[in-house]
Amino acid sequence: MSDTNHTADLSGKSVAFAAREREGHTTVTDLLKSITRAIPGPLLGLILVCIVFSWLSPYFLTTRNFINIFSQVSEIGIMAAGAALVILIGGIDLSVGAVLAVSLMVNAWLYRDFGVPFALSTLIGLGVGALVGFVNGVLSTYGRIQPFVATLATMSACSGIALFVTNGGPVTGFPDWFTNLATLRVFGIPLEMIILVAVYLCVAFWLNFRPMGRALYAIGGNEEVARLSGIDTRKVKVLVYVIAGLLAALAGLILGARLDSAHPTAGIADLLSVIAVVVIGGASLAGGSGGMFGTFIGLLIIGVLRNGMALLNVSPNLQPVVIGVAIILAVMLDRRSQH
Amino acid sequence: MFDQHSEETGLVCRGLVKSYGEVEVLKSIDLTVRPGSVLGLIGENGAGKSTFNNIIAGVVPASGGAMTLDGTPYAPHSPHDALARGVALIHQEIRRLPDLSVAENLFLGRLPLHKGRVDRASMEEQSRSVLADLGVSLNPRRPVRGLSMAQQQEIEIAKALLRNPRYIIFDEPTASLGEADAELIFEQIYRLRAEGRGVIYVSHRLDEITTLADHVACFRDGRKVAEWHETPVAKQDMINAMVGREFTFAHQAPQPSRTKIALKVEGLGRAGAFSDISFELAEGEILGFAGLVGAGRTDVVRAIAGADRADTGTIEVDGAAVRAKSPRAAIAAGIVMVPEDRKGLGLNLDRTASANITLPWERTLARFGMIRPADVRDLGQSQRERFDIRGQMGIPVGSMSGGNQQKVLLSKWLVRDPRVFIVDEPTRGVDVGAKMAIYQILRDLAASGMGVIVVSSELEEVLGLSHRVLVMSEGRQKGILSREEASPERVMALAVGDTSPILQPSA
Repeated sequence: MSDTNHTADLSGKSVAFAAREREGHTTVTDLLKSITRAIPGPLLGLILVCIVFSWLSPYFLTTRNFINIFSQVSEIGIMAAGAALVILIGGIDLSVGAVLAVSLMVNAWLYRDFGVPFALSTLIGLGVGALVGFVNGVLSTYGRIQPFVATLATMSACSGIALFVTNGGPVTGFPDWFTNLATLRVFGIPLEMIILVAVYLCVAFWLNFRPMGRALYAIGGNEEVARLSGIDTRKVKVLVYVIAGLLAALAGLILGARLDSAHPTAGIADLLSVIAVVVIGGASLAGGSGGMFGTFIGLLIIGVLRNGMALLNVSPNLQPVVIGVAIILAVMLDRRSQH
Repeated sequence: MFDQHSEETGLVCRGLVKSYGEVEVLKSIDLTVRPGSVLGLIGENGAGKSTFNNIIAGVVPASGGAMTLDGTPYAPHSPHDALARGVALIHQEIRRLPDLSVAENLFLGRLPLHKGRVDRASMEEQSRSVLADLGVSLNPRRPVRGLSMAQQQEIEIAKALLRNPRYIIFDEPTASLGEADAELIFEQIYRLRAEGRGVIYVSHRLDEITTLADHVACFRDGRKVAEWHETPVAKQDMINAMVGREFTFAHQAPQPSRTKIALKVEGLGRAGAFSDISFELAEGEILGFAGLVGAGRTDVVRAIAGADRADTGTIEVDGAAVRAKSPRAAIAAGIVMVPEDRKGLGLNLDRTASANITLPWERTLARFGMIRPADVRDLGQSQRERFDIRGQMGIPVGSMSGGNQQKVLLSKWLVRDPRVFIVDEPTRGVDVGAKMAIYQILRDLAASGMGVIVVSSELEEVLGLSHRVLVMSEGRQKGILSREEASPERVMALAVGDTSPILQPSA
């Protein structure tokens, strides 16, 4: 991945270089400008961050570390794929983290306290995620409640339910085959990384090639234009919230397998990271722009920043500050490259 | 006052140039606006009229040339500066803050203060007096929401008048108004002229120029190509100057055979909007919808096209009942509508022309459930050729000219030929050349056997295109006139209602 980026970068550089030389005034700023324009903002940011960390830490550019980065961001990444869709249609889903918690808690609670077979309780947990997404979607379309408000309400309710089912206690002791999945590797690649990439590929395919997925751009751009064009906008929007809920529940499963436990407050803190990933990836909260490639890059930026700072022993308390700066820089870079 | 006798009273422009980079959009314009007269400014879209206005009003600086204002040099560096010197621009697109009161809108950005608080009493008093000067009866305390477009336009004029300008530029003030509403604006312009103010009046509607202007100038490609000091100017002369070639107004499709009814609407109504709409549309027929703005024409066609629900009535396409509960259902039944507001309802301006055209057809276009970028591109390209769209189909449609945007919008709905094709204000904001091309497209569609409904506020357009004209007034169908019966006077009489029109003061 990073290798191809570097070669693309270099060839772009040499072309631009040659062009400038012909005009007879080559400066470093000109060169940097032409590179900035050629590469989408988020990707440029990722390359820069990688260069900086590989220079600062000898451990950064190792296969093992890269696998680590992916493992550290897999739940956020899966949630961000759903959040990107919601933001693309001009909505927002504040409930993702709480949905992660409630779906995982319901799953674990049914399995431990009621002896429900684990496969069934897992399905029910995923169903809970989809159901909350459905409620979000119905409230914000048919119910005409602003998505910020609707999902704020469901976030609150889900957090409460997650605590209520076990009275605030965590649940431990998932079946061994399930927790073993967390360490399963296929050709040396962890399963969670495969799931993450598969989710992005599926969503990207849907978004770019399937009529309903493509409609998301139309809805985000101008919902009334989309409706008058014969798109059942409310149905599509509800589906998007359902997907977001389902993906949050899937992220919960991955977290549960890795920790071998379910915590009622798991995932709650991830909400801001999820939105940060989507925004750093070049999406606009106004809707209509963004995509899965950008979101994936945004995810890697957050992952690399967290990982790199950990390698450099930066205080964890300072890391959100750096993420905050990254959000602003990413948005500014993106705006530059659009001109 | 200056003692020196200024040989040039008025707003005088000499050799005005505007260029963006290497592109000259305005090439050495010489033009004079006299106090107490109306300069009519015409020209196709992109001819440079708006640039010219923007320079005068201080929105953009000129790249070259000079202006004098009643004998003193004039080079405004901001709209604020221009206003201070007595030059006001009334924008084409009205942007009111709907939840603020009329008075607050009038004083926006310079609310009068009294002891650190907004002085509502004085604001409302001044608003009342300026509105009274205009002969408008509006309560300054009421919110702007719910006012008609004409009333909002009058507020815009009132806002400009509060600054007591000597020169006022109207940039297509009637673009979104019907003919009776436009009359109200004309009265204001007569009043301004009588008070000795100079007016620049830009319009695509040549009748308005004929009515209002004392002096007419025509721009084409950034140049002043014609100027008339004697009015009225023959319409054909103005059109020729605008397009640089001759053409005629014959734009009627062949008379339909009326053998087969494409669309039958019976007793259509919705509480508070319109009632008892019944008509038949034959294959190959163009039915015009005439009426004043607010008569409910758009509401009716939106209900037929499934954009809004109707409470009562039935709709049949080719004899089969249609439940138009959504645009999607109407499209499936063969009814499509090109909505009136191109930017707000018709096109996604940030997306490419091709993507816009493809949007309604993606499900039918997909192969194995997949749409490939090449499919989108090819469809855009074929529509581009079929409808002579000039511009790239792969760039955001918002960067095209108004006429080409409108062609993209029409072609979006003609990917699969519908049975009933409804167009609402098909030529609003497009230049004369594109207008003629759009008329030709509509004529060809009817000739090919489609039923076409044209809603337009331009009487000439409705009468020129239609085989029959349905006239509406205040949500009611006043009559359907054949081509022979539909004289402008007769249509207007029906449109204003048989009883004398009651002016409804806003509550």
